[in-house]
Amino acid sequence: MAHSRFIRDAGLTARMTTVMFMLGALFVALIVTLMYVAGSSGYSSFVPFIGLAGIAVAFYQWWASDKVAMRAMRAREVSPQEAPELHAMVERLCALADMPKPRVGVADLDMPNAFATGRSPQRSVVCVTTGILRTLNAEELEAVLAHELSHVAHRDVLVMTIASSAGIVAGMLTRGSQYGTYGLTRSRSNNNNSAVPAYLIALAVSLVVYAVSFVLTRMLSRYRELCADRAAAYLTLKPANLASALQKISGEVAAIPQRDLRASNAMNQFFLVPAISGLNWKTISSTHPSLEQRLEQLARIQAELGRPE
Amino acid sequence: MGLWETIRGERRQKKANLDSLFFVPSAAITLETAAGIKATGAGSVCFRAADGAAFADAQNEIVELIKANPEAPQVELSRDDYGFSWLLARRDPSDLGGLCTDLHAVNTTLEEQGFGQGLLCSLVGFRDPSGKAIGLVYLYKQGTFYPFVPAADGGQTRDNLTEMMVRGLLGEELPIEPELSRWMALWGAPGLA
Repeated sequence: MAHSRFIRDAGLTARMTTVMFMLGALFVALIVTLMYVAGSSGYSSFVPFIGLAGIAVAFYQWWASDKVAMRAMRAREVSPQEAPELHAMVERLCALADMPKPRVGVADLDMPNAFATGRSPQRSVVCVTTGILRTLNAEELEAVLAHELSHVAHRDVLVMTIASSAGIVAGMLTRGSQYGTYGLTRSRSNNNNSAVPAYLIALAVSLVVYAVSFVLTRMLSRYRELCADRAAAYLTLKPANLASALQKISGEVAAIPQRDLRASNAMNQFFLVPAISGLNWKTISSTHPSLEQRLEQLARIQAELGRPE
Repeated sequence: MGLWETIRGERRQKKANLDSLFFVPSAAITLETAAGIKATGAGSVCFRAADGAAFADAQNEIVELIKANPEAPQVELSRDDYGFSWLLARRDPSDLGGLCTDLHAVNTTLEEQGFGQGLLCSLVGFRDPSGKAIGLVYLYKQGTFYPFVPAADGGQTRDNLTEMMVRGLLGEELPIEPELSRWMALWGAPGLA
């Protein structure tokens, strides 16, 4: 009987689905509350405008993700002639995974890292730094590329953009409410029934939504990383390579001076290993799972692959 | 990929499609009559070797299986620079049907052991009248073929003209990979030369 050694991590899937559901519920709650508040004040024309602007920002982030990310990392696209080994590796992985080949980029940075971005698998780019090319051997580099290709196949840029849009809208509303105070005198004169000013309610709701959404998107981001690790391990059938690559990269990231690291802060969400680590509340605010968690998962897959029938 | 897979961060494992391999013998006749391109009798399977005992068992089983065949073709196992394993089988050039059966057996054994997603491609070796090596490559996940022809100068350049000619000749016999970006280069592949 033909069977697959591909196991599903039901626990991870359940946790991820719950987080995504909560993010969706949060977004709906935000909009409904604001509409309700707005309905009882002269604020109503303002809310949909800010909401739309927030969604437009999120949409742009997703739509132009490949260009923005490449520019932010000062990466350039390389042709198969310039980097034949890198292209051959990506080609083979794409043939194994049955996915279109993304563009390949190299960023001239000493920090060993890799990222993948783009609005769809057809229009995506996988980028590695020169640091990672120096640090890893061919097998480890392949494992890292497989991890990034999994992000592409899972459409993680889209998922994370949608997930963070509630936070973006809430963040913009927080600012919008501050401006709202200027227009307040006029709206008060129209309707003076509410005990608490509408803008204060909007501010409070937005802040709460922003905070909750921050925690939830970080949680989701960590789950997506674990999924990409798992997919990469099954694609290359060599979990050990990804494990040693992760160990090498995270060891070097910690040793690199702080100045370089902050410079690439903007890109953290799509990096393989986060360059900054919030020591105290790492568990809540980290975009990536801990090295230990990732190695644990890889060890489980290793055992699964080695299990004789 | 469907919405549900996207949400769960999972990927459906595409099953390898093996049956088209048996179209090769008739395609070979077309190549020989139309362009004098002859099969060399060598064919190889490229797959991803997994870590661990289970895969080692499967690999041994394959070698045993092919050796158990009374006609006893030779099989050689090798590894390339990218961490892929190649199993090279040789038959008499006239027995292309037997070669395809061998390649098929390798593939089904790997699939039965649960390593079907590790299959990359199969290659059947040909040679044109001037002695140039031509590989007919089969991609499992797509179920399509494409020609791979290294240029005669020995460097890493491809003879795209010959590749296009082979595509033209076989377009009606075999499902040819329409996406040119999937025509992977397989420099120094066993069975090619």
